[in-house]
Amino acid sequence: MFNSVLDAIVPMLCVTLAALAAMGAEAFRGRGERMPIGGLGIVGLLGAGISSALLWNRNASSFGVIVADNFGLFVTLVLVVVGILTILFSSQVVERDGLPAGEYYALVLFAIAGMMMMATASDLLVIFIALEVLSLAVYVLTGIRREDPRAIEAAFKYFLLGAFSSAFFLYGIAFTFGLTGTTHLDRIGSYLAAQSLSDNPLILVALGLLLVGFSFKISAVPFHMWTPDAYEGAPAIVTGFMSTGVKAAAFAAFARVFLSAFEPFSADWAPVVWWIAAATMILGTVVGVAQTNLKRMLAYSSIAHGGYLLVGLVAANQVGKAAILFYLLAYAVTNLSAFGVIALLGSRDKPNDELRDYAGLWQTRPALSALMTVCLLSLGGLPPTVGFIGKWYIFSAAVGAGYYGLAIIGVLTSVISVFFYLRVVVMMYMQDRGADAPVVQINAVSMAALTVAIVAIFYLGILPTRVLDLATQSISTIF
Amino acid sequence: MIPLSHYLIVSAALFAIGTAGVFLRRNLITILLSVEIMLNAVNLTFVAFGRSQGTVDGQIITFFVMTVAAAEAAVGLAIVIALFRHRESLNPDAFTSLKW
Repeated sequence: MFNSVLDAIVPMLCVTLAALAAMGAEAFRGRGERMPIGGLGIVGLLGAGISSALLWNRNASSFGVIVADNFGLFVTLVLVVVGILTILFSSQVVERDGLPAGEYYALVLFAIAGMMMMATASDLLVIFIALEVLSLAVYVLTGIRREDPRAIEAAFKYFLLGAFSSAFFLYGIAFTFGLTGTTHLDRIGSYLAAQSLSDNPLILVALGLLLVGFSFKISAVPFHMWTPDAYEGAPAIVTGFMSTGVKAAAFAAFARVFLSAFEPFSADWAPVVWWIAAATMILGTVVGVAQTNLKRMLAYSSIAHGGYLLVGLVAANQVGKAAILFYLLAYAVTNLSAFGVIALLGSRDKPNDELRDYAGLWQTRPALSALMTVCLLSLGGLPPTVGFIGKWYIFSAAVGAGYYGLAIIGVLTSVISVFFYLRVVVMMYMQDRGADAPVVQINAVSMAALTVAIVAIFYLGILPTRVLDLATQSISTIF
Repeated sequence: MIPLSHYLIVSAALFAIGTAGVFLRRNLITILLSVEIMLNAVNLTFVAFGRSQGTVDGQIITFFVMTVAAAEAAVGLAIVIALFRHRESLNPDAFTSLKW
């Protein structure tokens, strides 16, 4: 690399440039002319992936506010995977639904650049700006099918609660700034460790406001109200993208802020996060059982998965922190593939995302049903899939840190969640395909991407050591 | 010299007014304006803290927040217009095609 001040932002520069190129391509595209804009995005993402691999172990830092430490780079690599899978699945959806290709891919890439920035930022203000960069792009993506009233309604609900929570987050930054005189995480950390502020109520106000802001973004109970609506109304592939990418970026920033800068106050925030984690796991699972729309069901399942990630955050031991990173990867691959299947089965006029649309799917689409089954079993945490390993490490971290209650709630909710995942499998394999069931064409690129994702789910489920070692390495540098 | 606490109380009151507006108002545009009030309350907090510390950091941060607020308003209004075309209404109670 160049050994310059720009080193740490090279990954997000690659993605941003690809996004700009996508916008330019759209501007110069003739009417009806086809351009491989998605391929442009994949090139940018591969560039980001390669540069992150080269930056590994170098602890590069740009402008004092972006640090490419291994923790941030691991999340960056997860985001690269999320981006590439999203673009591959989108290739069919964009054409089928007549979405504006240039705008769609540019927004996806801008969102990923924002996520990468959020994962590597070491300053609260930069985290806020990254949060807005990614959120604004995702709001538009949610409502990109303007002719669909449900999509627009979902976009508005998401936008309103997102903007509302950003204000809380920012208010928390303001109080932190007022107390410590800086927004830089390292300096906040050393200031809080040196001064005794525990009798100052303002620090608790700041902590609370930041916690509210983050909880909205990771859709933790009781700030989850927007999630089912936004996830159900958005196009399925966008739902997959935002349920994995946004969550990964938000968790990276959450962990960085609360486990490094506000570590001295963990006695104050850990009990609160304990309750949030427990409530999130229970509500996500219990309400998920009652759903009949597959997207809405997976929305509640993603709320529950946010709860499992919070367990790792509460445990906050070495195993827990590495488990968060591993779980983010596991969840990203699995959930995105599940939403990819839903997106591929939809048609332009009808999303085909009701549970009954899946009745007897194996009769017409055996391969797709098998892939969906693997994704659902992995989400439910059954061996030998990656979901099992992820949950295993999260819960063993909780037990290791003495949080037996959380571990028990986690295992019980996992068992309950298997019920609604298996309901889809039963629907697919044990019901008859109705005569009016939709028939869809699926292109080879999407099918290949799904197959690769499934191989990854099994590979990480059977031989997780390599990636786990990387995750453990990543956290050793910063926490 | 007005003490810092006065500024903080005013900005907290503004923030509370904005929060209440988001929940109580029944017009999408007014709700968006309420969010803007919340952001401006935060701006006031930043300036007050920056001033009391004798640095310009707080005021610089305010510029960032204003830019973000402008971008947010642009996207928000675009979504409201798209929504209005479907429903011919700005009352949030009319938007019920997604329910929990």
